[in-house]
Amino acid sequence: MAILETVGLTKAYGKKKIALDDVSLNIESGKIIGLCGPNGSGKTTLIKLAAGLLTPTAGSITIDGMNIGPDTKAVVSYLPDKTFVPEYMKVFAIIDFFREFYADFDMNAAYEMLKRLDIDGSETFKTLSKGTQEKVQLVLIMSRKAKLYLLDEPIGGVDPAARDYILNTIISNYNADSSVIISTHLISDIENTLDEVIFIKYGKLFLHSTSDEIRETHGMSVDAYFREVFKC
Amino acid sequence: MSWKFDDGTPIYLQIAERIRTQIASGELPPGGKIPTVREIAETAGVNPNTVQRALSELESSALVASERGNGGRFVNDNPDILNKLNHDLARGATVDYIARMRKLGFDKAALTNYLTEFKEEK
Repeated sequence: MAILETVGLTKAYGKKKIALDDVSLNIESGKIIGLCGPNGSGKTTLIKLAAGLLTPTAGSITIDGMNIGPDTKAVVSYLPDKTFVPEYMKVFAIIDFFREFYADFDMNAAYEMLKRLDIDGSETFKTLSKGTQEKVQLVLIMSRKAKLYLLDEPIGGVDPAARDYILNTIISNYNADSSVIISTHLISDIENTLDEVIFIKYGKLFLHSTSDEIRETHGMSVDAYFREVFKC
Repeated sequence: MSWKFDDGTPIYLQIAERIRTQIASGELPPGGKIPTVREIAETAGVNPNTVQRALSELESSALVASERGNGGRFVNDNPDILNKLNHDLARGATVDYIARMRKLGFDKAALTNYLTEFKEEK
């Protein structure tokens, strides 16, 4: 069953800049997908369209068969690439805030993850280090029981040990009904956890295949293949 | 700590190979229970679907049997199948050894010599 489907999806900013150009995609449930492309290739635009923060210029996008709107937002857990929580709040207060906001928010899961990552919930968000702030935001996003997780650059600022834990959280959170889309250019760190990979190049869909297929056909890792395709 | 994988070979094949080695070495004994897909996925640091594919691969060669009903998987305790596995792995290791020695310029007589003369270093 398709969890995310786009047909001819196009997004232009103004008249000249086409960020996403005629992208048709079908993403099934139960998958972990890497959304890869160089800076400015349209990764964030695609994620924002799915999260309902942008509206398409042309084409269509549906999640779980529904048009983007309140119904899809209830089943989509979205991690933006920028800070999205009120920075003056304490971590525990932010968690409370999230619980009130989302019916599918699991308090215990959130507390458990904070503990594992050694984060003191009584601290004010803005006093935390950049990496810890990223971890807190990821904890909030992964504590929901959503159908589609959209993670925009989730591991850029965190240390390798926490990166492992975060990927493990994504893996252990995995179930057949939900899918996770991770946008990143740190491919080598996450490629073992991916089912499928999407490459976008200048706003166009360049490739959508399983990661094992890439290894089989090209005899190289997804990371190595990416470096070849997007060689500067 | 996640498992290390080589570039260029599908990960599911590498996982299957690893489990095969665990069976041959007795780390996973005949008739013993195979960890669940989720457990393997978490230790290996890979996607559950990839593990699933690796286990299907092992099932199709009858090395692993699934128990009807509860979804648990076991190492096949049929001695013929296990002997064949040991044989295949030993053959593979021998082929690797010969290939490396050839590359270093040794002929068959020399490499047999090395094998018989070889003493385990403490």
